[in-house]
Amino acid sequence: MNKNLYKYLLGIADNSLILGQRLGELCGHGPSLETDIACTNMSLDLLGQVRSYYQYAAKIAGDGRTEDDIAMLRKEREYFNVLLVEQPNTDFGYTMARQFLFDVYHFLMLTELEKSTDLNLSAIAKKSIKEVSYHKRFSSDWIKRLGDGTEESHKRIQTAINDLWTYTDELFHQTEADKAMVAEGVGVDVTKLKGAYYEEVNAVLEEATLSVPESKYFQKGGKQGIHTEHMGYLLADLQYMQRAYPNMEW
Amino acid sequence: MSKNWPLWEVFVRSKNGLEHRHCGSLHAADAEMALENARDVYTRRSEGVSIWVVESKHITASNPENNGEMFEPAQDKVYRHPTFYDLPDEVKHM
Amino acid sequence: MSEEQIKNLEAQFEARIARDEKIEPKDWMPEKYRKTHIRQMSQHAHSEIVGMLPEGNWITRAPSLRRKVALLAKVQDEAGHGLYLYSATETLGVSREEMYEQLHKGKAKYSSIFNYPTITWADMGAIGWLVDGAAIINQVPLCNTSYGPYARAMIRVCKEESFHQRQGYEIMLKLCNGTPEQKEMAQDALNRWWWPSLMMLGPTDAESIHTEQSMKWKLKRKSNDDLRQQFIDQTVPQADILGLTIPDSDLKWNEERQSYDFGEINWDEFWQVVKGHGPMNKVRMKARVDAWENGKWVRDAAMAHAEKKQERKEKLAM
Repeated sequence: MNKNLYKYLLGIADNSLILGQRLGELCGHGPSLETDIACTNMSLDLLGQVRSYYQYAAKIAGDGRTEDDIAMLRKEREYFNVLLVEQPNTDFGYTMARQFLFDVYHFLMLTELEKSTDLNLSAIAKKSIKEVSYHKRFSSDWIKRLGDGTEESHKRIQTAINDLWTYTDELFHQTEADKAMVAEGVGVDVTKLKGAYYEEVNAVLEEATLSVPESKYFQKGGKQGIHTEHMGYLLADLQYMQRAYPNMEW
Repeated sequence: MSKNWPLWEVFVRSKNGLEHRHCGSLHAADAEMALENARDVYTRRSEGVSIWVVESKHITASNPENNGEMFEPAQDKVYRHPTFYDLPDEVKHM
Repeated sequence: MSEEQIKNLEAQFEARIARDEKIEPKDWMPEKYRKTHIRQMSQHAHSEIVGMLPEGNWITRAPSLRRKVALLAKVQDEAGHGLYLYSATETLGVSREEMYEQLHKGKAKYSSIFNYPTITWADMGAIGWLVDGAAIINQVPLCNTSYGPYARAMIRVCKEESFHQRQGYEIMLKLCNGTPEQKEMAQDALNRWWWPSLMMLGPTDAESIHTEQSMKWKLKRKSNDDLRQQFIDQTVPQADILGLTIPDSDLKWNEERQSYDFGEINWDEFWQVVKGHGPMNKVRMKARVDAWENGKWVRDAAMAHAEKKQERKEKLAM
């Protein structure tokens, strides 16, 4: 199997899986029924993308493993999502800040991925990009509402942005698999997205009357499988059934 | 301060060529949010290609108490309908 | 209005309903009609959103991606159905916030089945199969109820809900065709959900208030006991297909009645749960209250932002 392609796929898909899982936690607990429904829609979009990626990855692996084996039966070290997406739903401010900081990246990445020479990847990107375009609009609107809303909301969303900012730089790091895939014309060179990303993020923050965090200290590790303390608990939930009742069909 | 999100009425065009139809209502703080919420609530199963939202308070409705004067006078104006006119059977579709 | 005038209006009103005419929000209606509808419709809406919680409990732990997205979509539908029903109730002059307040203060009821815990994955199957099955029996006749907005909301709800019961039954089927451990899990879920599902169709006719009036207004088409019998008769053969045993030793086919006879329902348990002392009443209510209170700053922010935007727009126009 093409190990680099397999790993590259997981890198992309794991982000959607973990973020989709996080959003799924909120279902039934949103600040309004309308917002609850909207967040579930985003979760469903992301999990739909995940299934396409993993099904493709399973095919590449070619050893009988399924999308669920890939989704639910890896060790923590074998998940390659960025640290940003595993951060908890501390409050609606954190949820929207996490979403927004990821959506802007996700959209830029998919726009490039659509040009991939790998037709499967290009097709998944083409479908996903419409979904993510909506996510970005939704989360940007909420950043503006919360930033330019009440004094309390301004404070809360600024705190969330400040706290999550430290995880943004990792979005633009390259793994060895990334580099190999870029060289083949399959993967996206994420290092080239950085400029456009911060430009767009900063513009929204400015419109939201929020300040752009100045910290130059960033966290990384997710892409190498070294996660934050939150990840283990998230996986405990995600994998519970598959671990407790191995080798069964559901 | 605690104002509740106002109520909006949602109209959805199910496909081009058809009119927008009222399909329900929802709450939203402003028009943009109303549109987004309408998309998420009322078109989850591809029910639409176009959405209108209007804040409920902007709708002026006729009063059912006036239904007599409003609508009954139209009932005896049968000459507005094609069946009022007698034509010989030989004239088929007209 | 004089008493006689009101009586006259009421007689006309009842005649309209008897002719199968729909009542619309701005039409004159007896105060009792309005109040009864607010009570039943809001109770129905509350049941939808409280009903999200027991199933929501398994979203993060669904055993496969396919099951996860299907469950998410189902719980989301319940939010949608709550929303349709709250909106329909609002046409009677009560706000969603007022209805929430009633719920949060324990003044409004919701279906007490949601006060039972979901402790295994099989509960997702049992709820879909039994609870949604019982709900459909209750809801389908409401598509033709006399109050227009309620009937329209119910048409939408029933249309969307058709996949819910199938989803639940499919989960059960998969478990029953799986390993012995899985089948045991399915049987255990049936054991725990069977009686609460029967109770869900309401107290026996002898103890049910409101029924006669509700029949006239088409809020109800059949009595609780009839609905219960219908539910049992349709569900027993489904359990047979699964190879599961209904946990009722008195259950047997009655050739003469062409229906199943069944055992005594523990009504003490029913009233205990209705009165707020079921296993999960407090937990469910806390989840709803927390969501509402933790969301307050968000809702306020959106309103404040909308007002600021409006002001800026007006300033620009000047």
